[in-house]
Amino acid sequence: MIIITIIIIPLLKMSQTMIDQFIINALLAGILVAAIAGPLGCFMVWRKMAYFGDTISHSALMGIALGIALDSENPIIMIATCASVAMFLLFLQRDRRFSSDTLLGILAHSALSVGIIVISMMDNFRQDMMYYLVGDILAIGIKDIYIISFVAVISAICLMMIWRPLLSLTVHEDLAQIEGVKVNLIKIIYMLLIAFMVAVSLKVIGVLLITALMIIPAAAARTVSNTPLQMILISSCCGILSVLAGILVSNEWDVPTGPAIVLSATVIFLLGRTFAPKRA
Amino acid sequence: MLNDGSSQLLRLENVCKSYHKNLVLENISFSVNRGKTVTIIGPNGAGKSTLMKISLGILGVSSGSVFRPKSISVGYMPQKVMIDDVLPLSVQDFLYLRPNISYDEVKNVLDTVRLSHISNLPVQSASGGEMQRILLARALLGKPDLLVLDEPVQGIDIMGQQEIYGLIAKVRDETGCGVLMISHDLHLVMASTDQVLCLNQHICCSGTPEFVQKDPEYHAMMGRPMEGVAIYTHHHAEGHDDHHHHHHHTTVENEPDHD
Repeated sequence: MIIITIIIIPLLKMSQTMIDQFIINALLAGILVAAIAGPLGCFMVWRKMAYFGDTISHSALMGIALGIALDSENPIIMIATCASVAMFLLFLQRDRRFSSDTLLGILAHSALSVGIIVISMMDNFRQDMMYYLVGDILAIGIKDIYIISFVAVISAICLMMIWRPLLSLTVHEDLAQIEGVKVNLIKIIYMLLIAFMVAVSLKVIGVLLITALMIIPAAAARTVSNTPLQMILISSCCGILSVLAGILVSNEWDVPTGPAIVLSATVIFLLGRTFAPKRA
Repeated sequence: MLNDGSSQLLRLENVCKSYHKNLVLENISFSVNRGKTVTIIGPNGAGKSTLMKISLGILGVSSGSVFRPKSISVGYMPQKVMIDDVLPLSVQDFLYLRPNISYDEVKNVLDTVRLSHISNLPVQSASGGEMQRILLARALLGKPDLLVLDEPVQGIDIMGQQEIYGLIAKVRDETGCGVLMISHDLHLVMASTDQVLCLNQHICCSGTPEFVQKDPEYHAMMGRPMEGVAIYTHHHAEGHDDHHHHHHHTTVENEPDHD
């Protein structure tokens, strides 16, 4: 009940002050992105792959740069860039001399650097760098909503289909493989889902903060969950709540929305950590 | 030794494996048949786990060949499973991760390993001995034709070891599956093992437990004096009532000293 009240009050408040289309777009986009970031983020936390989210979001900046260079705003370019970096990572991981950690560090920062250099070379885009780094949810248009909804629905369906095998290989990869799970295929699907999700949520929350929207709600959900499914659903709710709170805060005090969303998530995490009943 | 179809579950022929030009397995041949237990023993770094992964098809071979009928189902018990506390997973949910099984099967297997009372607790809260039984339960799900067990009694006290080996033998005798397992210690395994392979990159010696224990290669490999070894001679039994007392306890770890 408390949660519902917390969600509804800001909505009512907003609807009184402004029912402008851009706020509705922002809310819709934020809710969709947060809903799908929940489950993807839980797996990221379970698989200890937080850095992977960063790598993919940093490559998204490279995708933007590529888009600018090609003079196209087609989101496919960004999705393709993110997906290629993810696949390149899988390829590099075959060399056991370097840990995933190291490889992710190399890819993340190289991609970020390529993106920043290319963008900074174009004079007309330089002042907008902040927009890519922390997002601008109020600039979301109806076309973005369509794209985000499409990706959210596809992701939800894919996740439902690979749910058990993905969970199984998260717990123990060799065991999953012997029991007949197509480990590599499932991993690739999961990585592509993250690439898609990052690519479409860039406008909502920006390159630097996307990982936070996946990790923090998942961590917050852990304190009150007893099963993996519970944790996924609760983390989606925490994410949605953070988005609503963040938009409200940024509207009230005129601060950047992306960081406001992230900090809202942090507050939820801290509240959960402090007040959640301690379980045996 | 030729493939007689129904009873052979696994056969390795002249398998070699090298990492970065470093030979870790050399010319390994053996087979596992229905209803039989093959135990691999050997010191650390002998290539036991590598051999197991090759047998399971997780790792490829550098040369040689592995035959495993596609139709058989394999139950695998990995050496150690660390499940991070960040994943809220109960014991029965962990077991339910095995594809194509029902909750009833999970309930039954939990009864078999006597863990029904903790089925709803987080899998991370299980003790070392309970965790080994949970892993065994997972391996037993899906009615395996071949059980592959990587040090099934690791970190378990003597009583617990006997219980696990007893369970494995019981399942094998009831279902007629084949068992391939790794063990550090020959003593407790002996009672229920048909064939022992002493592995130290190559197969130093192999045969029945009694035969292997008399082989000087075995003692050279394991670094134990011959006269200091207790031998269990009877087959498929609990095997704790007739061990010979002797005066070389310092050389034999895990010597059962009750009874």
